[in-house]
Amino acid sequence: MSCESWKAKLDPYLDGELAPDEMRAFDTHVPSCSSCAADALARVQIKRSMQAAGKRFAPSPEFRRRVQSTIATKPKRSFRPTWMFAAALSALAVAVVLSTYLGVQRSHRNQVYSEIADLHVAALASSSRVDVVSSDRHTVKPWFQGRIPFAFDLPEVQNSEFSLLGGRMTYLGQAPGAHLIYAVRKHEISVFVFQEGGLRSRWDDRSLARKELSFNIATWSQGGLRYFVIGDASAADINNLVKLFKGTSS
Amino acid sequence: MSGAHPPSDAFEELAMPLFDQLYNFAHWLTRNREEAEDLVQETYAKALKGFSSFQLGTNFRAWMYRILRNTFLTSRTGLKATMTVSLDPEEDGPELAECETPESILFGHSSRELLQSAIEALPVHFREILVLCDVEDMSYQEIAETLSIPIGTVMSRLSRARKTLRQRLRPETGPATAANARGTTREL
Repeated sequence: MSCESWKAKLDPYLDGELAPDEMRAFDTHVPSCSSCAADALARVQIKRSMQAAGKRFAPSPEFRRRVQSTIATKPKRSFRPTWMFAAALSALAVAVVLSTYLGVQRSHRNQVYSEIADLHVAALASSSRVDVVSSDRHTVKPWFQGRIPFAFDLPEVQNSEFSLLGGRMTYLGQAPGAHLIYAVRKHEISVFVFQEGGLRSRWDDRSLARKELSFNIATWSQGGLRYFVIGDASAADINNLVKLFKGTSS
Repeated sequence: MSGAHPPSDAFEELAMPLFDQLYNFAHWLTRNREEAEDLVQETYAKALKGFSSFQLGTNFRAWMYRILRNTFLTSRTGLKATMTVSLDPEEDGPELAECETPESILFGHSSRELLQSAIEALPVHFREILVLCDVEDMSYQEIAETLSIPIGTVMSRLSRARKTLRQRLRPETGPATAANARGTTREL
């Protein structure tokens, strides 16, 4: 194939959008062709610069609140004045105790988030990232039998944008748990499952993904188990995976 | 899991995590803060109204982007932007690359501002596809759904958009300006 023919497909190659055999052919060709290699390098540089330069505009918090208030479906709580007064007094009375307690909890929670992020990164960096390699949940789930002291359900991802890569055993604060790895487009997402009683933190049970340590992370409790979903994928992707898991056990 | 349609109270939970990226995309389209805010607000209102027709299991992100983009295209700014037509007919499938010498396209120390103004100066159909692919990290399939075009057209349009951007970033052409943005297009 001529240089021009290779270069015509250089963009889809760098976007990871070619068929696997074509990707492999490119992997072999590019390092051996100085012209394609230089071109690929230049295109990657622009693509990377685009990722940073393109995230340029951020909405104001006021605008976000305005839109959120127009679509909010949860009724806002309203108190009668007497209740408001009583609530204010109570709040004042417990403020100091609560803030101290929450401060301790928050610092512990942040520590756990850090550990979860470490487990995620360490697994992805490992040469054997999963101990059971399978995209079949009926293979992955039984593998954990006898390895962890609880059972959990895995969602069917056949008709979703996610694919299961496999699983491994993991520990968090000496509590054994399951670590599953899913792929969505070019991102890999970890799902951790532990026994709620084995972890000492209290959690804010909103399962919507939030930004922690530049990862999107979501956590929730279900059936006595504590789930964590973490990855560099978008918050929407994380939330979609959370929904699949929640749907499995409901 | 529930049936084919989502419960109505799920909208906020699904849509708000997309708020920042939809706003960023809206600003790239409109190039104006006020218009971007109007566009995002209208998008959320329309999406909420039409949420009962959203099919669970399909791509919610692409659905939201498609609403935003269609709303933009029918706005005054959108209509004006699309009056700029490409002189090159789009073909399905990637075009053959010109044999650029590596030296001519090597992207050395271009500043972020230079790149941003080069993107801003591109015609809207190039600007949007570059932001969706390289900034929002959408797959070709997602882009095809968002823009309602075949994947072959996604590939050829991306290729042209990137080629045009590279041309604007060549050192000898100097900083990108709105004037040289019209290299392959003309105003009607």
